Amino acid sequence: MAAELAIEFRNVSYLLDHGRELLHDLNLEIHRGETLVLLGRSGSGKTTTLKLINELLTPSSGDLRVNGRSIRDWDPIELRRGIGYVIQEIGLFPHYTVEKNIGLVPKVMGWPGPRIRERVRELLTLVGLDPQIASRYPAQLSGGQRQRVGVARALAADPPILLMDEPFGALDAITRSELQQEFLKLQAQLHKTVVFVTHDLREALLLGTRIALLENGRLVAVLTPEEFAHSTDPLIAAYMAAFRTPLDNTEAR
Amino acid sequence: MNLWQFVQQNRLEVLQLTLEHLWLVGLSTLFAVVIGIPLGILLTRRPVLEKPVLGAANVMQTIPSLALFGFLLPAPWIGQRADRIAILALTLYALLPLIRNTYVGITGVDRAIVEAGRGMGLTDRQLLFQVELPLAMSVIIAGVRVATVISVGLATIAAAVGAGGLGEYIFRGLAMVNNTVILAGAVPAALLAILADVALGLLEKRLQPAHAR
Repeated sequence: MAAELAIEFRNVSYLLDHGRELLHDLNLEIHRGETLVLLGRSGSGKTTTLKLINELLTPSSGDLRVNGRSIRDWDPIELRRGIGYVIQEIGLFPHYTVEKNIGLVPKVMGWPGPRIRERVRELLTLVGLDPQIASRYPAQLSGGQRQRVGVARALAADPPILLMDEPFGALDAITRSELQQEFLKLQAQLHKTVVFVTHDLREALLLGTRIALLENGRLVAVLTPEEFAHSTDPLIAAYMAAFRTPLDNTEAR
Repeated sequence: MNLWQFVQQNRLEVLQLTLEHLWLVGLSTLFAVVIGIPLGILLTRRPVLEKPVLGAANVMQTIPSLALFGFLLPAPWIGQRADRIAILALTLYALLPLIRNTYVGITGVDRAIVEAGRGMGLTDRQLLFQVELPLAMSVIIAGVRVATVISVGLATIAAAVGAGGLGEYIFRGLAMVNNTVILAGAVPAALLAILADVALGLLEKRLQPAHAR
């Protein structure tokens, strides 16, 4: 049973040094191979939750288990190398070519050069990019291409877990929609455990196998997209209403 | 006698003083780089040290150079040779721009980029050498540039304690009330400063991250 859980939060709270609580008593189980979406408005604790998983933040209380092992027993470097991390396009290293960006983790893990080059080609093809762009710098790419490179970089060492922090947030609507579709295809192929942060309900309903709604540092509910859409919980209903309103207005015109 | 004639007649001496000047500036800048850059890196790792270290380096800048050269005269070992005094004093002056630019350069690297690197599982050392230093390099070189140009000017005062350099002509000219002799020191010193500025400016540009070029 425990082996099916990739990530497990047990009574996890996170407080800032001056005592403000960003996350309160979180209990959450994330299964292997699922895409769990952390949904909530700005400041609800989504990114905090994500950064606790790869130990960029350490819980103030409670315990967190990744692959069955407590966060306190993991060497942070080893833990992070088993977890892909995708943030908005700005997270690419601007002084490295696409190839060096993607190949950095394999390189520091001691892979031989030819194997890294082969892996970079393979990953670029996987995320729908021409391997020719390997020699370019991030500034020479479009926003959508940069984001694809970010995904390829996170997949470089084939980690079983992928953390994605609003990865498509800075993209225009059409590119975002393309990348969302490709994410679904990719996930159907790779079956990674994905934790995906977004404030966009449409994205959450489209990509998530389950949605965890956060509000003011507290977990409100964990539901499948289907359950979410039909929930009678006032807060969730309010979300759905806010989501529907602009659409209805468009239709009414 | 005009400046050109003076320089031609004293070619060898001008050359020797210029070389002395370069020796004082070069060695002190080298020391400042070797001490200042690691110290600047240390400050980014131990933020509590930032205020005392930058404060001390700042105070150093406020000591008039002539006074500092004088203070060091009675110091053991250092005070035995004038060039040691000059090199130590010039190193102390050059430290501030180096420490500060290293610190500012590294802390100025986009936090999202650093966090991405840490999240990928880079160790602190890998993060420093693969990400932070390369992205901060042009700011650090700008610090070397400022330090060098300041040193070229300050080194002329080293002649007051007998350390040689182009300041010899300036002090001699002042004593003789002879503008030509003053200029024979001042003009080559100014040319050195401009040369160093241009050369390091080119290096700074070359080391700018590829994306910004």
